[in-house]
Amino acid sequence: MKPDQLFGKRGKNKLLLLDADLQAAVAWIGERMGKEVTIEGAGGKTTGVLTHFLIEPFAPHDAEYYLAFTSSRDADTIHFSPQGGVDIESVWNTVVSIEVPVLTDPAKVEVLAKLPNVPHKETVAAFVQALYGIYVDYHFTYLEFNPIAFSHGRLLPLDTVAKLDDTAAFQCADKWGPIEFPRPFGRPMTPEEAYVESLDAKTGASLKLTLLNPDGRVWLLVAGGGASVIYADTVVDLGLGRGLANYGEYSGDPSTELTYEYTKTLLDLMTRKPDPHGRPKYLLIGGGIANFTDVAKTFTGIIQALEEHKDKLRKNHVKIYVRRGGPNYKEGLENMRRLGERIGVPLEVYGPETHMTRIVSLALEEAQR
Amino acid sequence: MRADYELFTVDTQAFIYGEQLRAAQRMLDFDYLCRRAKPSVVALVTPERGGFEKLFWGTKEIRIPRITNLTEAAARFPEADVLVNFASQRSAYDVTVEALEIPTIRTIAVIAEGIPERQSRRMAALAKANGKWIIGPATVGGVKAGCFKIGNAAGTMDNIREAKLFRPGSVGFVSVSGGLSNEAYNIVARATDGLNEGIAIGGDAFPGSTLLEHLLRFEQNPAIKLLVSLGEVGGTKEYEIAEAVKAGKITRPLVMWVSGTCAKVLPGQVQFGHAGARADSAAETADAKNAALREAGVIVPKSFDDYGLRIKETYDRLVEAGPIVPAADVTPPSIPLDYAQARAEGLVRRPTNFVSTICDERGDVHTYCGVPINRVIEERYGIGGVIGLLWFKKDIPPYAREFIDIVLQIIADHGPAVSGAHNTIVAARAGKDLISSLVSGILTIGPRFGGAVNGAAEHFLHGLRSGLAPRQFVDEMRKRNVRIQGIGHRLHSLENPDARVELMKAFARKHFRGTPLLDYALAVEQVTTQKKGNLILNVDGCIGVLLVDLLVELRFSDEEIDEMIRAGLFNAFFVLGRSVGLIGHYFDQVRLEQDLYRHPLDDILYDVPQAPEKVG
Repeated sequence: MKPDQLFGKRGKNKLLLLDADLQAAVAWIGERMGKEVTIEGAGGKTTGVLTHFLIEPFAPHDAEYYLAFTSSRDADTIHFSPQGGVDIESVWNTVVSIEVPVLTDPAKVEVLAKLPNVPHKETVAAFVQALYGIYVDYHFTYLEFNPIAFSHGRLLPLDTVAKLDDTAAFQCADKWGPIEFPRPFGRPMTPEEAYVESLDAKTGASLKLTLLNPDGRVWLLVAGGGASVIYADTVVDLGLGRGLANYGEYSGDPSTELTYEYTKTLLDLMTRKPDPHGRPKYLLIGGGIANFTDVAKTFTGIIQALEEHKDKLRKNHVKIYVRRGGPNYKEGLENMRRLGERIGVPLEVYGPETHMTRIVSLALEEAQR
Repeated sequence: MRADYELFTVDTQAFIYGEQLRAAQRMLDFDYLCRRAKPSVVALVTPERGGFEKLFWGTKEIRIPRITNLTEAAARFPEADVLVNFASQRSAYDVTVEALEIPTIRTIAVIAEGIPERQSRRMAALAKANGKWIIGPATVGGVKAGCFKIGNAAGTMDNIREAKLFRPGSVGFVSVSGGLSNEAYNIVARATDGLNEGIAIGGDAFPGSTLLEHLLRFEQNPAIKLLVSLGEVGGTKEYEIAEAVKAGKITRPLVMWVSGTCAKVLPGQVQFGHAGARADSAAETADAKNAALREAGVIVPKSFDDYGLRIKETYDRLVEAGPIVPAADVTPPSIPLDYAQARAEGLVRRPTNFVSTICDERGDVHTYCGVPINRVIEERYGIGGVIGLLWFKKDIPPYAREFIDIVLQIIADHGPAVSGAHNTIVAARAGKDLISSLVSGILTIGPRFGGAVNGAAEHFLHGLRSGLAPRQFVDEMRKRNVRIQGIGHRLHSLENPDARVELMKAFARKHFRGTPLLDYALAVEQVTTQKKGNLILNVDGCIGVLLVDLLVELRFSDEEIDEMIRAGLFNAFFVLGRSVGLIGHYFDQVRLEQDLYRHPLDDILYDVPQAPEKVG
């Protein structure tokens, strides 16, 4: 019995029950289903709700191995250890690693000669060899069995971690069959995040929204995958990480309608309730100098949404900072400037002559005053 | 001669793979701005189409060949050593592998996003094995100031001018993000004497070339004195840079920032905009990488906010200490604004060559005379209503739509023996295609075949308007030796009326407010049938006069109606309706697999003289 929600180290986190009967299993899962837990893993602590459990029959077996396939820039590596079923890091000296340079033909990988002496060595080698072919052919980027057991003359994986390369979907549709990429373990999506994700799925452009702190006073509406990270960074680096309300980006020249919907979703979240201490909130409409996105065009949807929210923006004491460059940026910035005057919301506008993240420090200086 | 560390020079020539005319034009504009002697784009590789494309070189147009196959393009232009590969996610790998096998191609920029990691790794390994360079995938490319730019890199001409990319400066820049490269060029231009070369390696987990590989290349270039780089959370390649600095492989000052420091406050694992931007271990975080770089002696700002300041400080120090002599400013030639852009900005205007007043296809929904097509369908305009919109430019009432439908149905076919159908059949049997056979039939429509509709309208209208009594009208026409159009039928007579004519008359009497021209024509019929029983108002005549009555109902003036007659409006109904029948005859012949028609000789009178008359 164990949760099946894209995290490992379940033994360590006391989320594993072995050798139980049905009654014990039902009780064990009943106690945990729908509960919030904090998992300690390689990437730090993650909190989320348990929703999916696996119940597997007990399989009598005589040996437990560790088998994993990993990929790096220059090579794939096959890892094998006769000691499976334990925290593999603690017995890493038992692991045999076979490096397969990228351009190697999978059928010509020499496995048998490199395996340590284990029972059923030939069967294991043939299995590993064949599995590596599948690893390559199905565009896995990671595949781990810990343990994989020998049971009744064949290998039986008892626990599996697998990562597929979703960009290979166009090649692997038939091999993979209908497959859904689950969300990482953690906080469930808010309806607004789910809505933005549904917008994102509809278009070749990119729209992303992660809500960090709905009570935060700094809200980001940033163009570009690279720039959006840097804006969020700068808020954190300048010491207001806790005040950062969201991470998000729009890029790839989204239509006016999509930028409008995206902005509306963000503004709804931002203006639900004023800051309890009556302090202003800051909206940073940021971005670098675009390569070919028409700035005036993408601003049209943003301006429309801001206009509709003018009363709420005023009620929430929102102050807006804009910084952007690229094709038609002068017209886009001028439209923003005029909008500020029209809706009576304080709004400062900057172009490429101003450092990209300067509006972050301007807003934060104000916020901390 | 090009040194090994140079990917691009002022003589670099390149192929563009894919339908990317705007990117090609931007490259040529950049060339022109740099005062290059020759364009950098030698050919477009477009598998669907050969021939050539016209692009601008300054104000002049030049022809750039389109070649359908990369290997052939390389054979024709062996001096071109760069491929800007705009092939889609699905085919970018195959195109790149083909290019890697062509000896004359040395550098390949792969623009597509979403290439599977295994393919990216194979491309990188193949490039390495062949001693070649891949920039990308998932990148906008890069730029060599004053020499060459890849595709859409460096953005608009304005940006290129602002960032002084038309002449080389002292800074070598390499980043992960392509979207941020313009921003970086701008920062570099403000802080230093400008960019020498800028490369974006792309945001994928396994780019074809790495930050370090480009930094090492810059290190060897005597023109580059200052290195600037922008890394990203995810992967461990920045540690190799730290190692290279420690090992003395990088000796030039390096200002570098790794973005993604915000990851620590984000819940769980947030996938940023780039595929490779995700920390799978503590070592892959931006904070850890920034710390390692700082520790190795790289100049790492406190945050991106003072990135520009650190670059400026470092540059100023190098100028003061001597290694940098600031590059002299030059004035680039001006490049005319593109017409489309100038128009968008309201800077130019131009009289149009065409006018259309009946429809518009530019919006979300096409409109017929202002009525969106979906409304045409929903409100059941039918063919009659559409003809009202497109021919009359009026929203006509349901009874008028129905009358037009009736006319078209009645006209649709009158048997295989008439000129039009006969011609269509003969053409079809000669093996001609649909359009040829149809047109062969339609071309017979004129004064003798089908023209009676127009003629009848014209004749009776003349009589009515001139105030001639029916008998006077018949006499006048006889005197002028003109046969009244629309009168007479092979079989039908007053006693044995034509059902089609009766039907139309009944419909018009029921729905029209009045039928003055029909009434006049029927009065004329009374006169002509006295002479011969079958000189009745026939189908063509009835259609002609009733269409005039309809136009009067639809409030067209006499002048407008005359103009329509002159323009052949009544023939138009015949052409449209009869096409239905002609097409039917074509299909009928094809289905029946009818052989070539040859007219029987005994059906031809051969009356040829023994010898021609001699003249002159």
